Amino acid sequence: MSHGHKGVAPAHQFESVEQQQRVARFGMWMFLISETMIFGALFTGYAVYWTLYPEAFQEAAQFLDVTYGTVMTVVLLVSSTTVALAITALEGDRRRLAAGLFGVTIALGLVFFVLKIIEYAEKIGDGLLPTRGFEYPGAESADQAQVFFSWYFVITGTHAVHLIVGLAAIGFVIWPILRGTYHAKYFSPVEGTGLYWHLVDVIWIFVFPLLYLMGRAGGMG
Amino acid sequence: MSRGAGGGAGSPAGQSALRKLARALTSTDHKAIAKKYLWAGLVFLAIGGLLAMVMRWQWAHPGEPVPVVGQLLFSASGGAVTPASYTSLFTSHGLIMIFFAITPILIGAFGTFCIPLMIGAQNLAFPRLGAVSFWLFALSQALALASLVMPAGAPASGWTMYPPMSTTAADPGPGQTVMIAAILTTGAASILVAINHVTTVITQRAPGMTWGRLPLTVWGFWLAAVLSALFLPVLCVATSLLFLDRVADAGFFLAGAKGAGDPLLYQHLFWIFGHPEVYILILPVWGILGDLLAVFARKPAFWYRGQVGAMIAVSSMSGLVYGHHMFQTGMGPMLGGAFEVLTLAISGPAVVLYVNWLCTLWGGSIRFDVPMLFVLGTMFVFGVGGLTGLYLGAITTDIHLHDTLWVVGHFHLIMAAATFLGSFAAIYYWFPKLFGRALSRPLSLVHFWGSFVLLVITFSLMLSAGYEGQPRRLYDPFGYDFLAGLEGINAVTSYAAFALGAVQIVFVINFVGSLVRGPAASDDPWAATTLEWSVPSPPPEENFSVTPVVRRGPHELASPEAVARLGRDYLRQDEESP
Repeated sequence: MSHGHKGVAPAHQFESVEQQQRVARFGMWMFLISETMIFGALFTGYAVYWTLYPEAFQEAAQFLDVTYGTVMTVVLLVSSTTVALAITALEGDRRRLAAGLFGVTIALGLVFFVLKIIEYAEKIGDGLLPTRGFEYPGAESADQAQVFFSWYFVITGTHAVHLIVGLAAIGFVIWPILRGTYHAKYFSPVEGTGLYWHLVDVIWIFVFPLLYLMGRAGGMG
Repeated sequence: MSRGAGGGAGSPAGQSALRKLARALTSTDHKAIAKKYLWAGLVFLAIGGLLAMVMRWQWAHPGEPVPVVGQLLFSASGGAVTPASYTSLFTSHGLIMIFFAITPILIGAFGTFCIPLMIGAQNLAFPRLGAVSFWLFALSQALALASLVMPAGAPASGWTMYPPMSTTAADPGPGQTVMIAAILTTGAASILVAINHVTTVITQRAPGMTWGRLPLTVWGFWLAAVLSALFLPVLCVATSLLFLDRVADAGFFLAGAKGAGDPLLYQHLFWIFGHPEVYILILPVWGILGDLLAVFARKPAFWYRGQVGAMIAVSSMSGLVYGHHMFQTGMGPMLGGAFEVLTLAISGPAVVLYVNWLCTLWGGSIRFDVPMLFVLGTMFVFGVGGLTGLYLGAITTDIHLHDTLWVVGHFHLIMAAATFLGSFAAIYYWFPKLFGRALSRPLSLVHFWGSFVLLVITFSLMLSAGYEGQPRRLYDPFGYDFLAGLEGINAVTSYAAFALGAVQIVFVINFVGSLVRGPAASDDPWAATTLEWSVPSPPPEENFSVTPVVRRGPHELASPEAVARLGRDYLRQDEESP
């Protein structure tokens, strides 16, 4: 495929740049649907175990820190907003503003990631890494709690991998935006990156209540 | 190369062989990618077939040294198959055939080759993604091969990789782990292919190529791609969790003393993927059958809309029937009953398809060219395979037949016989377009009759042995009194399988020989109506010199107008009316 410069030529399989953009957008949506099925399967598995071991999961969920979860949620929501603003800026050909807003997104994404690392480190320090040497205070439900923490690490870990990929993708579009490769007339790679980042955000909107809040709901009594 | 990337306008004569090779390997042309998939798939078809034959030797002559390859594979046991290696044989055979042989031939090769050509596009929507998907797939094949030669033995969990057999509790060796990684990788590659194919059909159709004019083959590939994009992610999740269980003791699926995991969850995740997978592999075959029957019966496919509707109906229901694989897992009667009803209901649209095929043949002037023979063979084995499946969809009979050779015979008639013959229908039909050369008809006939008759014998006898109660996956079934009488039927089955393997040598000779020195093929050897036959054989890198304008449906055959004005009985989709 040829890379578009200012006077963009479509890749050989397309009639026009408009078609190329439309196709890229569509392909990205297909990819996001597949991604949704990945997280859908993870959430389903988690739900199955929650119904198998409601008490143990309720108890284990108390070990997650709602403060971390809340801060991360806010950070990620704001980062999605800056992506939306960046795309709008690019549509108006305000490229420096768009690049700056993407910069803010990267910063916020890194904050999220650092918080995640700190949270992981705490859990691992407490012996809650669900592998050999798993240490859990509630001895009789330790096996079941281990499964809870397996889900916690796999779901948040899969999400974190997506976050890293999203950060890298944003990193790759900032320079071409400044250089003028992407501009108001041709920016589908930027748009696709933005859509992907929104997916990372939307998934977290499900992860947060499922992992951090569910244990609180019925656990007050 | 493409218009946009034509950097190498220099002298082609000066181009070294190495650079040519590098260009072929990194090509983003869908036809080049398709050929790589075809080769990769055929090689693994041979490997998977050889594994099956070694397995069949054990059931013909239990415990006796395997001739030819025995000393090489099982030197420690004097050339005889051991119980452990027998388990590895059926595991590797199943995984290799489904993920690394049938999938690349049907979807990788023919999906990637046919979709752009048949819809009038210059390439896939995402050519580089197409190349990346192939190499990711090639990596998964390499991992699968590596898993077979790992120190503590090849994977031995059965192809479904159920825990606990697939966990370290039962199989601590690295072979199983590497195979799980291979399946995860191939799943990811298939998702990328699916996204590419779905997007290509939706966005890249030539002017006039409406959904109602799409060849049935493209409908089949498109629906298969939609199902792949939806359900392969679930396979990726299931295998990832299994992988974590093995390498990190995550405990998702290990129950009992080692944890609180639930092995059944894996079965659910696996079959939510696994049953649609059957349709992912058979939908392309259905589509190809629909088109080829029209071409070789020289009349329009009967009730085009009905065929498309039936394929859409099956695709829509494909995720709702998987429970019939799990009737024996303590499923509640309500849920079991629901899965039973849905399973039997999904055969409704399949019958609609079948009746349409018969009606296409009815009154046609049938040409028994080689692809048509394979099409008719596919219809036969698909019919038998489908009918024997009803016994497994109904709980009352499934209880008796579950885990017997009946199940093995049934799914081989669909997954091995129907997709195998269907794949070969595609190979014989599109070979001239793929390579610009014609295959030898006598050798092709030997290959067809040998394959068809022997496939039917092999898998019918499996059905019989299963109906007599022979369980699948036993190392030495005849050690049990109630199965001792089945040694004869098993030996015949085995020899039919060996002969089936031998017949494939004829195909290899025909295929390679025709590639090297087959006569040149014309652009349209079958007098067919779809767009791929409007371009030279093999097609140039830029498929269509002028974007075709589609004027009619895919089956304008037996056209009185064409006969009167052109002296032939068909009009291609892009031809102007005479």
